[in-house]
Amino acid sequence: MRATSAISGIFARLAPWRGVAAAPSAEERIAFATQFQLTWWRFRKHRLAVWSGVIVALFYLVAIFADFIAYTDPHATDARRSYIPPQAIHIFDADGSVSPWVHGLKGKRDLKTFKIVYSVDPESKLYLRFFAEGYRYDLFGLIPTTTHLIGVADGNAEDGLYLLGTDLLGRDLWSRIAVATRISLFIGLAGVMVSLFLGVLLGGISGLYGGTIDTLIQRLIEVIRSIPTIPLWMGLAAALPNDWTTTQIYFAITVIISFIGWTDLARVVRGRFLALRGEDFVTAAELAGASRMRIIFRHMLPSFLSHIIAATSLALPAMIISETSLSFLGLGLRPPAISWGILLQDAQNIQTLGIAPWLLVSAVPVIVIILAFNFLGDGLRDAADPYG
Amino acid sequence: MAETPILAVQGLKTYYHQDEGVVRAVDGASFALRAGRTLGIVGESGCGKSVSARSILRIVERPGRIEAGSIVLQRAGGAVDLARLDAEGREMRAIRGAEIALIFQEPMTSLSAYYTVGNQIGEIIRLHKGVHKAAARKRAIELLAMVGIPRPERRVDEYPFQLSGGLRQRVMIAMALAAEPRILIADEPTTALDVTTQAQILDLLRGLQKQRGLAIILITHDMGVIAEMADDVVVMYLGRVIECGPVDAIFHAPKHPYTKALLRSIPSILARPRDKLATISGSIPHPYDRPTGCPYHPRCADFMPGRCDVAMPAMRAAGADREVSCFLYEEVGA
Amino acid sequence: MIAYIVRRLLLAIVTIWAISVLSFVIIQLPPGDFVDAYISRMSANGSAVSAEEAQSLRRLYGLDRPIYVQYAKWMGRVAEGNFGDSMEWQRPVTEVIGDRLWLTMVVSIAAIILTWGIALPIGIYSAVRQYSIGDYIFTFLGFLGIAIPNFLLALIIMYFSFKLFGTSIGGLFSAEYQLAPWSFAKLGDMLAHLPLPAFILAVAGTAQLIRIMRANLLDELRKPYVVTARAKGLTEMRVIMKYPVRAALNPFASSLAYLFPYVVSGSIIVSLVLSLPTVGPLLLTSLIAQDMFLAGTIVLMLGVMTVIGTFLSDLVLMWIDPRIRFQVDE
Repeated sequence: MRATSAISGIFARLAPWRGVAAAPSAEERIAFATQFQLTWWRFRKHRLAVWSGVIVALFYLVAIFADFIAYTDPHATDARRSYIPPQAIHIFDADGSVSPWVHGLKGKRDLKTFKIVYSVDPESKLYLRFFAEGYRYDLFGLIPTTTHLIGVADGNAEDGLYLLGTDLLGRDLWSRIAVATRISLFIGLAGVMVSLFLGVLLGGISGLYGGTIDTLIQRLIEVIRSIPTIPLWMGLAAALPNDWTTTQIYFAITVIISFIGWTDLARVVRGRFLALRGEDFVTAAELAGASRMRIIFRHMLPSFLSHIIAATSLALPAMIISETSLSFLGLGLRPPAISWGILLQDAQNIQTLGIAPWLLVSAVPVIVIILAFNFLGDGLRDAADPYG
Repeated sequence: MAETPILAVQGLKTYYHQDEGVVRAVDGASFALRAGRTLGIVGESGCGKSVSARSILRIVERPGRIEAGSIVLQRAGGAVDLARLDAEGREMRAIRGAEIALIFQEPMTSLSAYYTVGNQIGEIIRLHKGVHKAAARKRAIELLAMVGIPRPERRVDEYPFQLSGGLRQRVMIAMALAAEPRILIADEPTTALDVTTQAQILDLLRGLQKQRGLAIILITHDMGVIAEMADDVVVMYLGRVIECGPVDAIFHAPKHPYTKALLRSIPSILARPRDKLATISGSIPHPYDRPTGCPYHPRCADFMPGRCDVAMPAMRAAGADREVSCFLYEEVGA
Repeated sequence: MIAYIVRRLLLAIVTIWAISVLSFVIIQLPPGDFVDAYISRMSANGSAVSAEEAQSLRRLYGLDRPIYVQYAKWMGRVAEGNFGDSMEWQRPVTEVIGDRLWLTMVVSIAAIILTWGIALPIGIYSAVRQYSIGDYIFTFLGFLGIAIPNFLLALIIMYFSFKLFGTSIGGLFSAEYQLAPWSFAKLGDMLAHLPLPAFILAVAGTAQLIRIMRANLLDELRKPYVVTARAKGLTEMRVIMKYPVRAALNPFASSLAYLFPYVVSGSIIVSLVLSLPTVGPLLLTSLIAQDMFLAGTIVLMLGVMTVIGTFLSDLVLMWIDPRIRFQVDE
């Protein structure tokens, strides 16, 4: 009798605390901040990680607005404009005003082949404009428009604008890179989602139930990790029928690359579950009568959500590298799809590079985004668990 | 007794220069250790006891540095100021282990799990005595026996994780004494042990001290251990020595308000049920937020506004062999 | 300790079995079989293949039996050492593969040795001299190494060496040694060509390992046993190398287990870019041609080699960590 009244007395005293009148001191703010706020504050201190986050966001913006940022139809080939080197942008006009312009192209008929060959015309000037007219596309896939970020004043962008040069088939590299960004980034995202799902599911089961199931899943993970991945991918990718549509191949590639990636996520999730299972607050929740589901979602999940986010952000670059590698080999996405890997395929051998070294520019976004994701993921991981 | 102390620390200041500010871990501490006696350094966590010990051995970690003060050690060849020596130089390294040894509180993690007990003890013997492996191993077995480890010839080839906490602490003691130092610094040697083991270890230390004439600096926050082991006591607060004297005098006639509060807060077996435990109000100030004047004044029962929060009281003599840093005794003291 | 070895051995065997099944499944996935591809090639050349010919070809290659029977027959032959014939090259698979598998292993092992050789000292330096300029430079280089996919690195290096030196690097042998029989001179030639591919393969793994070593060593440096060691009077160098490095070596060594499949995997793509006479280019062409025995054997052998390598590194790990020897739970 007396014990229970004592206990209920304790609960009575735990009535909500009405805040102080004065602004809370730094210590108090820390004491009452939620897990999420704490993580955010710690993350903000890592300048590099924050900037990387900005860069990642910018990349995804490019991905969403890919067609807007391109100025020439990335699929339109024109053999006459093959291997045009990147143009220099002149910022100042002859009269000193800020009016960027480039040299136009001049077509000359090659007397041997009777084909028109284009080369830089030092006489003509094409002025660059923002929000100019260009080829037709659907913004967000819904709104038909012809406005692009960059274009040429009175004229066709196709006729003279080649900021990063063209490839063998005369396709403008800048526009192709912009569109490739969309596909590569979204495949990475999709792949990571699948990996996340598999990882959380299997890792969660493993960590939560322990025992034989845990051992089995662990062994499975070890077996998968011991197998060299690339031969495996190559095999799976080569097995895709040639007559599948681009979309089908797209999904198949996503599934293939996420097939291996889930193991790392599963390990992180399992590790967190195991660590959390022994925590006192979980025991307290169990004693208070909370159901399994409630314990997992209300109590445990917030603790390791930040870890999951960090692990995911570190897994994305692996996905992007996988897709790029596979497409580079010719086993992943295939033309006419455009991805960074496909663009890099054009730069595959020394002879091509000797003629058109600017084709290697396609490598730059790959490297930058991977660096950015790594820094971001590191920053998130440190913020989620500074001691882990 | 006017004999020269074997180790005299004078005005030691060890600061940590962090990005957020300077932490004055030790802020002008002075104390003296006499040969064959035990000096107890007592205080709450964060008062600078451990940093003082590390400063003496010059193993303070970056970004900590000794800013000022002297640490004079009496050696065979004369006196040397340890604060002036190169921390990684040959002379200091010769002193570490061979003249001053350190044991501290985490027997679980103070020994490397990758080398046998014999290897770790033998290492210090070979380093300072220059003997070869077989002789070092024999000596290690002798040392293990000396600290009361049964079957030392078997234990010497075992790994630390195969021993219990109490045995590991004995191994630490054996290792510390392997090169026959004259001074032993024991930093919370029994805090991580259970009470019975604690008693055994203290007994061991006392016995070894008698046998070898060791001078011991015993650092702890446990007043009971001080009462049992120390001959002289130094009380530290926020990096300063605020009182020192012989143990009996400190316990029976404490002068500084902090010392009084510490002694009052020891739970007594004579207390009645439901007697509230006496505590010291307030808490240790944040290292970047030190109070002006006397560091103890925000929690002091005898706080004198206008004096205690303005200036820092100096350490003054207050009786035979006693010193206190408190304005209460400024007028009285000579 | 015995339990540990047995466990790892069983795991290795299970993995090898899984690999064999997987490699067989992969080959069977594409619709149609080798005979179909053969027929379409023949008709593209203008000759036709009659239905009876197709049927007898199928029976010859065992393609008309159910899958698991084909698998069992295949495994049975493999156990005897007969890996079948390459349908495309019309020669025994082992002949077609030839030296390539060994060369793949040589390049991979060279890459791993390089990885360890570079990552260990740099990792230790970075941790001990944390926040120094050297630390920042190495960290930056490390990130760059992780970010650049190895085939891209190969491309870039090839391009620049071509631009600057006019030579085209690549391949494991100079022209005169390529088809020559093995001799010390050929070995020397190969060793001379080895550093570049080994380096390219090593880069990503090195960067990763440096980070692991640095992080773990930083953790270990804060632990009490380091203080004990210093208090003994040892030199700083000895304190660091004997104690915390030893402890940090553990996670470092256990990453070795997964470094091996990673490097072998990477060598496939890099060897395509650098035109190395290893297994990579052969695997690609055999997959595209659906040359079942060849592709399957390559995948199987790669997998087996990798598993063996992993098992060996488990043994190394066991030797390093006394706690495993005494079966203490971590």
